[in-house]
Order: sequence, then C-alpha cells, then structure tokens
Amino acid sequence: MSEKKNKITITAEPGKQELFMTREFEAPRELVFKAHIDPEIYVRWLGPRGLTMSLETFEPVSGGGWRYVQKDEQGNEFGFHGVYHDVTAPERIIGTFEFEGLPESGHVILEINMFEALSGNRTRITTQSVYRSVEDRDGMIAAGMESGIVDSYERLDEILAKMK
Amino acid sequence: MARIPTTHDPFNAVAEPKRRQILEALGAAERSVNEIVELLGWPQPMVSKHLGVLKKVGLVRERREGRQRLYRANLAKLKPIYDWVTPFERYWSESYDRLDEVLSDLQKKEK
Repeated sequence: MSEKKNKITITAEPGKQELFMTREFEAPRELVFKAHIDPEIYVRWLGPRGLTMSLETFEPVSGGGWRYVQKDEQGNEFGFHGVYHDVTAPERIIGTFEFEGLPESGHVILEINMFEALSGNRTRITTQSVYRSVEDRDGMIAAGMESGIVDSYERLDEILAKMK
Repeated sequence: MARIPTTHDPFNAVAEPKRRQILEALGAAERSVNEIVELLGWPQPMVSKHLGVLKKVGLVRERREGRQRLYRANLAKLKPIYDWVTPFERYWSESYDRLDEVLSDLQKKEK
C-alpha cells in the first residue's frame, strides 16, 4: 500500500439533517463496488475490528433487504437493518439504514452512496446520509453507532505502524 | 430549535469552511495575520474577519508582540467538537482502512 494514506472526510453542518462522508481508495471502481455487494468480502471490512459481523439478510439488488448484527467482545449485540432502494453497478447504492438499539423504532436514515472512478484506477465514495431530524443526526454522530468500539483506535494505530 | 449565532458557538463558527482552513493554517504554530494571508492567499480583510469570529468564540487566542498581533488556535476549545465527531469518524475510518486491506488483497489475487 502507498505511504500516502487516504483519509475520510465527514461534513456535518450545524442545524442540518444530513451529513456527507467521502473517502478515496487505491482500487478500480468495479472492485470497490464489488466489496459492497459480495457477502464474503463485505463481512471482512464492515465495522471495526473488535466486532464480529454477522450478515443475517443480504440482498444487494434494487428492492432487496439487509440486516446485520455486530457483536462486541463483551457480548453486546448491535443490530442494523434496511432495504436497498437502488443498486446500480458500479455507480450507486441507495438504501435505508436503521439502528435497532434505539429506544424507539422508525429513526431511519436514507443513505446515498456514489462510486466515482478516478484516474489511476482509483475510486471515490461519497455518502450522503439524510436523517429524520437534526437531533437524529447529531445523536448518531455523538454515539458513533454505540460505544464499545472505542478501543478499536489502538488497532488503527497498529495498522498504521505496520504500513510504515 | 433556534439557531445559535455564529459568534457564540464554536460548532457554528467552524461550520464555515474558510474558518476551518484558518485553523488548519495555524496548526500548532503562532502566526500573524500577514503570515496567514500569505499561506492562504486570501485578501487580508477576509482573513481578519474570520479571525475575529474565531477569536470571539475562543477558538483562537490573540497575543500582542510589539506592533504585531499573533494568533494561535486554542485546542482546548476544539476538543468538544473533536469528541463529538470522533466515535463516528472512527467507526468509518476503521471500516475503510480494513476495506483498503481487502482491496489490496483482492488486487494481488487478480494478478
């Protein structure tokens, strides 16, 4: 891997119901897209290292559904589910996302993921997430989709050290 | 919910991309307005205007030295913003770092 690391950019303007996330990858768009729709590849990267990932439902086609459960080392389970609204290879995945651990259900998020081919066989993913309310958005960011993943920071340092 | 004026809330103050650029330009250093103007290539009144807002919310500290005013980012004030976004950022940052490894692995296999 190159020494110049790609970094994630998150933009959440105060008072808005949306946030944007962008990240570039040193791989062609078809492959980056495949990593999102191939169940065996998907479980290898989604979520921090400390959590085990179990795909309960995975139908990455327009109109399909999905559900996964992430479990931390203490045995806490975090379930997420949604539907795929539009899966158009290799350019976009649009769908809904809901965290099942909230006191009240229905706090759904619309997620628009765009895959953009860059020169040099690189790819940029831009995610626009639209929440039901400003409070929903701010709550999700603050919770980091639940704690229990805090110690993963050290793992990130390990990866970084290995790459040097 | 009523909007909090930009000049009272650090969160709103950094919502303006130009002010984030000023904070980045300052980094850990102490700089004069002219140095910031040179680094960013913006007109001086624009830099002064945004510095003024950052100073009001306490994100930037000002110190006089002779005829110069020097500015430094107040990292303690930035911490709540950093803490707020960090867990979420970390979740995705680590997921995507793992994706980097998987992609590099898959590309090796293709060859």
